[in-house]
Amino acid sequence: MSLDELYREIILDHYKNPRNKRPLPAADIDLERNNPLCGDEITVRVRLANGVVADAAFEGQGCSISQASASMLTEMAKGKSLDEVEALVLAFRGMMSGKSEAGEEHLGDLVAFKGVVKYPVRIKCAVLAWDTLQEGVTKHRGGA
Amino acid sequence: MLDPKIVRKDFPILDRHVRGGKPLVYLDSAATSQKPSRVIEAVADFYERHNANVHRGVYLLAEEATVLYEEARAKVAGFVGAPDPRALVFTKSCTEAINMVAGGWGRKVLRPGDEIVITEMEHHSNLIPWQMVARDTGAVLVRFPVTDDGFLDIPRAPITERTRLVCVAQMSNVLGTINPVRELSEAAHAAGALLLCDGAQGVPHLETDVAALGCDFFAFSGHKMLGPTGSGGLWARPELLEEMDPFLGGGEMIREVWFERATWNEIPYKFEGGTPAIASSIGLGAAVDYLRDLGMGSVRAHEVGLTRRALEALSAIEGLTIHGPADPERRGGVISFWLDDVHPHDLATILDADGLAIRAGHHCAQPLMRRLGVPATARASFYVYNTLEDVEALAVALQSARERFSSGAWL
Repeated sequence: MSLDELYREIILDHYKNPRNKRPLPAADIDLERNNPLCGDEITVRVRLANGVVADAAFEGQGCSISQASASMLTEMAKGKSLDEVEALVLAFRGMMSGKSEAGEEHLGDLVAFKGVVKYPVRIKCAVLAWDTLQEGVTKHRGGA
Repeated sequence: MLDPKIVRKDFPILDRHVRGGKPLVYLDSAATSQKPSRVIEAVADFYERHNANVHRGVYLLAEEATVLYEEARAKVAGFVGAPDPRALVFTKSCTEAINMVAGGWGRKVLRPGDEIVITEMEHHSNLIPWQMVARDTGAVLVRFPVTDDGFLDIPRAPITERTRLVCVAQMSNVLGTINPVRELSEAAHAAGALLLCDGAQGVPHLETDVAALGCDFFAFSGHKMLGPTGSGGLWARPELLEEMDPFLGGGEMIREVWFERATWNEIPYKFEGGTPAIASSIGLGAAVDYLRDLGMGSVRAHEVGLTRRALEALSAIEGLTIHGPADPERRGGVISFWLDDVHPHDLATILDADGLAIRAGHHCAQPLMRRLGVPATARASFYVYNTLEDVEALAVALQSARERFSSGAWL
């Protein structure tokens, strides 16, 4: 199996079998955002314990790229501090902007989205959940 | 009869090959049409030979520019059946034209409790301006429902003595439905209301006569009818234009200015504050010439043929649902559909790899998406340069799309 094939399989697997696609009551971060261009909708929810992500979940609808990306987010955020979450968002945005390869080693399965960079219009689909999470973290810190 | 193979020769962009050498199959004319050489040349000729501001200078170029601009106005007015070019305001878009009515008429005359009837299939551009005006005036928006098969639910038309305005699209940009504007104008007038028709999807494809439609305001876009972006128009009955407040304050739209106050220019200049999109409007005049030469009857007959074939071919594809009327005589060449298991955006990306340009999304009609119970649709739309081969290419690409989606090969 080529690397490209592996990446495709990761994305389609997360799309067809989304992880943590469920409500998350009493979340500390709870934010809904959409992509007005195409109507993709994502709600990202995170519950914190001692400054660390104890649980993360999402709900929403949209294309394979936006939904798979949200699914991966919920898995990857778990167990991370907010600083680590923000570093991950930064690294992912860097890869998707096609500018920076720095931090790619921390991205895990998220490197599967590297191929999406060749579809500039769809980069927004890939980063929607992550932008939502970043906004949620910023709001949480502002309110804390 | 229109021969699209000949028509295509007039559109240089259709020679393009995309995505690894595939011939471009352009199926998104409802978003914007391609432009024939005649339009591109009219714009270039203006800049190369006649460029000057309009209605200002006394020198030769200024005179030529003004004549070309006003000739374009007369052509465009004639094309929509308006006898008096003074009633045709050039705008940068259909959206701007509707906002002009909302701001200049709605804000001035609407009172708390007045009702604005808006169909459930309107483009956001014929909804949001009215939401904004309703918020400021206390007027109320009333929904005109759509039936399951994609028509306006005429027996449930909520037109009453409280109605001040009815807003309806000549043709839906999602369903392709051609609406009974004449009938609705009569119903509106019988109730003492006015009717605004959004002609963005209608004018490019249907012989249009504002008098026959019986409407009071008619807004349309130039770039969907072979004209340049930044062109469009608002026609309204002259007495309404006289009554309306101006849209933008500034140069051109005034008659006399003192430090504290000003008086307005005559119509239509009262609504054309600032230097207008001169070259684009002249290009729109050239587009009108081109469409007249093709003949709008031929354009319509050609598109009915393509739509009939497309509805047949797409209906035969397993898992594909078409939204909108089934009868090609009652709709335009705008076909929205949903393919099971494949989100419209993914579908559009898959078809893009085949060289096919289709649209995916909510098409600026989110209330209609909710009515249809879908988050988005894929949409193919046709125009004068599309061929039956384009329709076949679409059908072939869609037949294998589910399989290709599942394989992930497109990613």
